[in-house]
Amino acid sequence: MPVVTTDELQARVEAARGRLDAHVREIVAWHFDPATGCDFWLEHAKGLGFDPREEIRTYEDLALLGEFQDEWLRGGPVRRWVPRAYQDRPVYVFETGGSTGVPKSRINVEDFRIDYEAFSDTLPDEAFPRGADWLQVGPTGPRRLRLAVEHLAQHRGGICFMVDLDPRWVIKLLKSGQPKQAEDYKRHVVDQALILLRAHENIKCLFTTPKLLEAICEKVSLKKLGIRGVFCGGTEMTPQFHRFAVEELLDGVEFRPTYGNTLMGLAVGKPRLPEDDYAIIYYPPAPRAMIEVVDPDQPDRVVGYGETGRVRLTTLTREFFMPRFLERDEAEREPPYGLYPWDGVRNVRPFSRFQTTVVEGVY
Amino acid sequence: MLHIPLLRKGKEYKSLDAVRVAHHRTREPFVEISQANVGLVRRDLNEQESARRTLAAFTTDELIALSERAAKIFAGDELPVGDAAQTPEDYVAQVSATTCLPFVMARRNMEKVRGVMAEMRTVLNGLTRNLPFDALDRGYGEVAGQTVSFFPRALSLGVVLPSNSPGVHTLWTPSVALKTPLVLKPGGAEPWTPYRVAQAFIKAGAPREAFSYYPTSHAGAGEILLRTGRGMVFGDAGSTSQWRDDARVEVHGPGYSKIVFGEDCADDWEKYLDVIAASVLDNGGRSCVNASGVWTPAHAEEIAASLAERFASVSPRADDDEGAQLAPFADPRVAARISAIIDEGLALGGARDVTAELRGGGSRVAEWGGCAYLLPQPLRAPLRAPRLPARCGRMKDEDSLDHGGRGADVLRELPARQRPGG
Repeated sequence: MPVVTTDELQARVEAARGRLDAHVREIVAWHFDPATGCDFWLEHAKGLGFDPREEIRTYEDLALLGEFQDEWLRGGPVRRWVPRAYQDRPVYVFETGGSTGVPKSRINVEDFRIDYEAFSDTLPDEAFPRGADWLQVGPTGPRRLRLAVEHLAQHRGGICFMVDLDPRWVIKLLKSGQPKQAEDYKRHVVDQALILLRAHENIKCLFTTPKLLEAICEKVSLKKLGIRGVFCGGTEMTPQFHRFAVEELLDGVEFRPTYGNTLMGLAVGKPRLPEDDYAIIYYPPAPRAMIEVVDPDQPDRVVGYGETGRVRLTTLTREFFMPRFLERDEAEREPPYGLYPWDGVRNVRPFSRFQTTVVEGVY
Repeated sequence: MLHIPLLRKGKEYKSLDAVRVAHHRTREPFVEISQANVGLVRRDLNEQESARRTLAAFTTDELIALSERAAKIFAGDELPVGDAAQTPEDYVAQVSATTCLPFVMARRNMEKVRGVMAEMRTVLNGLTRNLPFDALDRGYGEVAGQTVSFFPRALSLGVVLPSNSPGVHTLWTPSVALKTPLVLKPGGAEPWTPYRVAQAFIKAGAPREAFSYYPTSHAGAGEILLRTGRGMVFGDAGSTSQWRDDARVEVHGPGYSKIVFGEDCADDWEKYLDVIAASVLDNGGRSCVNASGVWTPAHAEEIAASLAERFASVSPRADDDEGAQLAPFADPRVAARISAIIDEGLALGGARDVTAELRGGGSRVAEWGGCAYLLPQPLRAPLRAPRLPARCGRMKDEDSLDHGGRGADVLRELPARQRPGG
């Protein structure tokens, strides 16, 4: 990555900001137009006392809509989220946060494909060769990953093999004091992965979660099995895990951590630089989504660079409009970077004020 | 700030994940401790034979001599703690800073650890019932005319340690002389002693590969016990319950030790008063062997009154006061919470705080030097008194006496208050 001067970076930041504001106007116009918008937002607009299409001209103006509420996504009817313009299209529903109670649902038509194709552009061909097959070992079921990683593989000309893991079952086992069963289940998942890795020489790319990566690398050298790149995500990742994976687990196999979720899309990891000391830094796929770090006590206030706060997501696609959603994560705010001239986040982790019990599972 | 790294088969490793532990009095961060991620622990423990081989290359006699040298070094030398140097007095002050133990107790525990290391020959004779040491070296020998064989059943000993008192570290030090490498998970507030003992052994000539030291999470601790052939775990009933049926793991804790008078001794209770008071109060009541109850078939009132009188003179003192008998609570709310639980139990009737009268109705929680202390006191209760738990029903017509200080049975209901082994 060529060095970007401060002036160049500033120019890129301003250009990106202009694109973001224009994108906000376009998306707000779409979602609040009775011809194209979804029932939820059209109904919501009736109580606002203003026409968002007139009043919201910039990204900052989204504050007029207040915070997006978690419970809006729990329960049905889920069709109220489908934009009228897409009523006749095949609709997917993906879930998040379903370990206990009603999960949050998000509808999808093409977004997962668009997000993962954009992410694909950030992957180096040497480590994730075009035409190579992939193996996905991790949660599928109602999650976006079920289709997204497969689409990524197909988009790059490969075929995706799958090994499923049900994290809700693992959490249930651990909460009910059955760690041995959880361990057996993990072994069952890892065994299936090893069979596929040994049987299919063209599998050169792997998607898995941090814990499963550890478990697989305990059994085999991924490098010796021909794996060239690992795309890792799905759960919290610490700088120490990042370092451990690079220095000890992977023998030089490319490691790409990601932060993604069903609601936002997929954030790209900043290329690893020595000065970042294995911090895991992500940038959202602007302008389709933005991540901010806000003061937990005053969520209207974005914290300073390097300061810690609660993660706030905004999703701005034609399929899904989710302004200013306070995520159950915290992080440090990261300044714009040459490739990604907008705010990023450093070392995302569960929001400490919510952390009463942490169940560490195989997921 | 001081940083304590991991030891991965003796090699220092500074983790990117570290926790800071505060000084109990200033509440300022005092030490940063590297944390091992679970995968790292698991990966290291995949290969345990090389460390075992390094110790197996010594004879038992050589390792006993090495332990004796290590004892002197532990008690007298400057040793590394991360990148810094630690004198014995630094060690005492550091233990005190994070565990709340007064210096005098930290020093006493240090001496205890030193003593076991220095007397390793005697200790091993006791553990092996005088098995000739060459049997440990050759794998066979003769005892009372019978041929016996010796076969190590583990490649290493995993130890999940507590923070309550450094005295517990005496329990695993014989592992070195028994040629068994150590995999230690220190208590969150007491990282000092296992690290210093390991450094003392290394300086005395032990192979550094034999010492692994992993401050880590609960999950990491579990991996240590799962993956080492033999283990020790210290903790409360909740954290040790999953290991109780595992024959490989020796469980220490949660304590609740008792003094029980037989009918033949109860009339001589005065002869035992010193022992009772010491059993309750020594080491600030922090050890699992501190008595949390006295059960007697007679004279409970007199015993209670005499203990109350002795305990009434115990008061908080400075950390470096040689006469200090109490350790404060790092979190003052814990002292208040324990006191409230005692009050709840007393309110149910049938039991009485005997020291309350001597305290003139004052609180059993004392604030001193910015810290909270729970003053020791006997709680007088009949055997069947409600909510003063752990009373055994086998003694007839007895009175029973519980002291409600650090070691009171009522602590059993406090998940946050552990008095693991030692």
